[in-house]
Amino acid sequence: MNTTTRRLASIVMVMFLALLVSTTWIQFFQADKLNSDPRNARALYAQFGTDRGPIVVDGEAIASSVPSDDEWNYQREYAQGRLYAPLTGYYSLVSGTSGIERAENDFLAGSADALWVERVRNLLTGSDSQGSSVELTIDAAAQRAAWDALGDQRGSVVALEPSTGRILAMVSKPTFNPNDLATHNTKEARDAYLKLLNDENSPLVSRATNTHYPPGSTFKLITAAAAIEGGDYDESTVIDAPTTYTLPGTRTDLPNYGGTACSPSGEQSLADAMRISCNTAFAKLGVDLGADALADQAAEFGFGEGVNVPFSAVASTFPDPESLSPDNLAQSAIGQWEVRVTPLQVAMVSAAIANGGELMKPYSVDTVRDAELQIVSETRESSMGSAVSESTASQLADMMVEVVESGSGTSAQISGTTVAGKTGTAQTTREVPPHAWFTGFAPADDPQVAVAVVVEQGGSMGSEATGGRVAAPIAKAVIEAVLNG
Amino acid sequence: MTSQSSAVEPRQRRPLRLAEIFLLILALAGGVGGFAMVGLSIRGELPDQFWFRSGLLGATALVAHIVLRLRAPWADQVILPVVVLLSGIGMSMIWRLEISGSVGMAPANVAGSMQASLVGVVIAFALLWILKDHRWLRRYTYTAMVVGLVAIVLPLIPGLGREINGARIWVFIGNYSLQPAEFAKIALAVFFAGYLVTNRDTLALAGPKILGLQLPRLRDLGPIILVWIVSLAVLVLQQDLGTSLLFFGLFVAMLYQATSRSSWIVLGMTLFGAGAITAARAFPHFQARIDVWLHPFEPQYYDREFGSSYQIVQGLFSMANGGMFGTGWGEGRPFQIPFAFSDYIYAALGEELGLTGLTVIVLSYLLLVQRGLKAALSVRDGFGKLLAGGLAFAMALQVFVVIGGITRIIPLTGLTLPFMAQGGSSLLANWIVVALMLRISDSARRPSDLPVRGQVAAGAPAPEPEPILVGSPGSDGGTPVDGTPAAGTNLPRRRIADRAPDDTGGSSAPTEHIGTEGPPEHRPEHRGGERS
Repeated sequence: MNTTTRRLASIVMVMFLALLVSTTWIQFFQADKLNSDPRNARALYAQFGTDRGPIVVDGEAIASSVPSDDEWNYQREYAQGRLYAPLTGYYSLVSGTSGIERAENDFLAGSADALWVERVRNLLTGSDSQGSSVELTIDAAAQRAAWDALGDQRGSVVALEPSTGRILAMVSKPTFNPNDLATHNTKEARDAYLKLLNDENSPLVSRATNTHYPPGSTFKLITAAAAIEGGDYDESTVIDAPTTYTLPGTRTDLPNYGGTACSPSGEQSLADAMRISCNTAFAKLGVDLGADALADQAAEFGFGEGVNVPFSAVASTFPDPESLSPDNLAQSAIGQWEVRVTPLQVAMVSAAIANGGELMKPYSVDTVRDAELQIVSETRESSMGSAVSESTASQLADMMVEVVESGSGTSAQISGTTVAGKTGTAQTTREVPPHAWFTGFAPADDPQVAVAVVVEQGGSMGSEATGGRVAAPIAKAVIEAVLNG
Repeated sequence: MTSQSSAVEPRQRRPLRLAEIFLLILALAGGVGGFAMVGLSIRGELPDQFWFRSGLLGATALVAHIVLRLRAPWADQVILPVVVLLSGIGMSMIWRLEISGSVGMAPANVAGSMQASLVGVVIAFALLWILKDHRWLRRYTYTAMVVGLVAIVLPLIPGLGREINGARIWVFIGNYSLQPAEFAKIALAVFFAGYLVTNRDTLALAGPKILGLQLPRLRDLGPIILVWIVSLAVLVLQQDLGTSLLFFGLFVAMLYQATSRSSWIVLGMTLFGAGAITAARAFPHFQARIDVWLHPFEPQYYDREFGSSYQIVQGLFSMANGGMFGTGWGEGRPFQIPFAFSDYIYAALGEELGLTGLTVIVLSYLLLVQRGLKAALSVRDGFGKLLAGGLAFAMALQVFVVIGGITRIIPLTGLTLPFMAQGGSSLLANWIVVALMLRISDSARRPSDLPVRGQVAAGAPAPEPEPILVGSPGSDGGTPVDGTPAAGTNLPRRRIADRAPDDTGGSSAPTEHIGTEGPPEHRPEHRGGERS
């Protein structure tokens, strides 16, 4: 019987070997695949079970993790959810993460490489890991002012500090309450998410950085910049400003706003054309300059390049000059046709002009501090290059001051402060009212803030809206908030 | 007799079992360390009753060790420490799941689990104390058969049995639940050992040869057919592949061990395979289990309300999270697996102890099984060989079925991991298995006055009853069939013989010849024509 017993022993060996192989297969070879299975809640628990660091604006936490009695240990809460939603984004079991919550996740969760010292300390002391706090560049007063001034209208406001690129305000409406998505009640979170996702006004999308608008007349700043940079023009150069301009190669007449004449003589200075936002003058100027000049100038202001602030903002676009017909070029020169911008991009144009032509990279995260409040990371301002020369910038600034002093943007005037600006009224289709734009900066001699405001479809004024009437007062409110703060 | 004893005594002192003490200390360190880590990691302090429970574990191991010293001093010194280690690790995990909360029919309950282990140890070592010789069990061959079959059938009796998780393998008496299959396992091993040691020659030699396979005679097939039917009945009526596989595998393995006819394995596997496939075709719930086994990640199986692959998949997630080294005690999320403390304790341990820890656990079981098989190899009587071999193989098969189910080698079944999983029946029954293994290994290693057959032939004084019983030692190599009377007629004579070892102490000459078994190293080889 011993022979057979030994054979049974061999069979047992084979059986146990199979167990070791299958166990190894699961724990070693299949582990990554199993760990990343969406049905495996462990990654979520590991992430959501930590004391995540707060997101801070002006010393106040706008997003924080508070201990909860449920299985997740911590609940993410947003103090003023809707106000800061385009910045914070959401942190949800159901829909994942977005905004700062996603872009700065490594620091907030405490898992960033830069935090290794703290992690080693936690390991030795046995204390639970704590996320770092992320402090934003946002000016709470400006953010609030932008929010209030935009009111119930759909649109967006972006404010930048021209000399650094710090984002001072970023508002998008309609928006969402990130608390609705952060709830641990997954059914409620899922319902809220689906409702937001299917809303025709796309409240989940931050209009400031991720929605494309036609820039309308605000693009005239770039057309003028291209003209002056080319060397053949300055602010006093007299250019053609006909009552109507027949688009080259077509019989279509391009009128001015309201069909009025820009000047009795049919020509005016570049500064005057800017001041009253003369369509015919800039359309013809654009055609005279050529598609390449406009496209290059747009690119120098940041078109065609997405930026991470640190969450991503989509690139604004100017049509491909190779395939741009003269009539479409004329339309593009006044910010119509296929020119598409984000409010952030428009603010960057004003900021570059305010900063002597140098475009600073916009950013929203100031410092990251660990649980002991030691600075772990600090954003350094960085230049994206010179968009225009200093003299060009200065001429553009002069023209923008005139726009606010006596042109289309008078509603942005602030007593005691020189405001520079440019209005825009961007047609999309004939059926819907135009988008109202305003962009500018102040004080003109020592710029502290550059803003861009877009109000969709005329906002509360509907088809009567112009950038000057609807958007400029909002910009004024934001500028005042920054300057008084 | 006395002169012989005195001549032998000085050379063969009772072992001090120092190796066992040393290994027990290591094993207890593993268990108590687990207890401590569980509390420290989850609550930041030693868990409630840490000292009491650690002391209880240590005291239990110490008492078991002392019983072994007194009553089975030659028993294998590795078996007890391995079992203590596995128990300690299992209790740590159950404790951990009790602290954190868990999903199951009842909560994880480490106190209950420890009580069951304690009762198991008391019963097992009481048995070891009383049962001075494992051959006594042979008297109860057919009693064991009846007990085993009744135990198997119990869960099918309405009002007594209850279906849990689709498998009807439980019996409820008042507040107590039992898994009779665990006990049936032992009873059937005793029955098979007794039956086969008597009938192995007829089974092996008589019968037609078809396609190169030596098939048994039809009339010898009776008990085999009976076991086959019972196994398939278990499969179909109790809906538990694991228990069915355990019984059938146990029988086929012991049959092969006894007869060395590989035809039995082929026949057995064919029969079982045919039965299982037919069952899978005929019963939809069975097909559902196969689907869940083969395609656990398919949404249609994962998301369905009844019989979903949720548990399998959660177990895999848990193990994957453990990776190579595990999350550490209390740091993982094993409580997400339904029944993490019983059916799925292997996956739960995989999460917190990692591949490293599971390898230690699997190798510990392997060590335990191989020690049992070693006892089978070295024990002198055929009954002991078959019983030790059968019990060890059943243990191996149970571990294989449980872990194989969790790691998807075979479909998931309702069996639990011996010594680790929460569940009184399993703990109780497996401690009894350990006691039997220890008893057999003791008699295997106990020095014999007459270790060499030649000495007997050379004319050592044979004790009085022996010639009456099986004839002179010289008849061992005699005709094949004369030593194998039917078990029924054998009973009274064996009873006389069984008294012999008790009376004669160290003298094993009479015990060598109990029943039909000659010196085992020689006899089967003569008959089966193979060499060991």
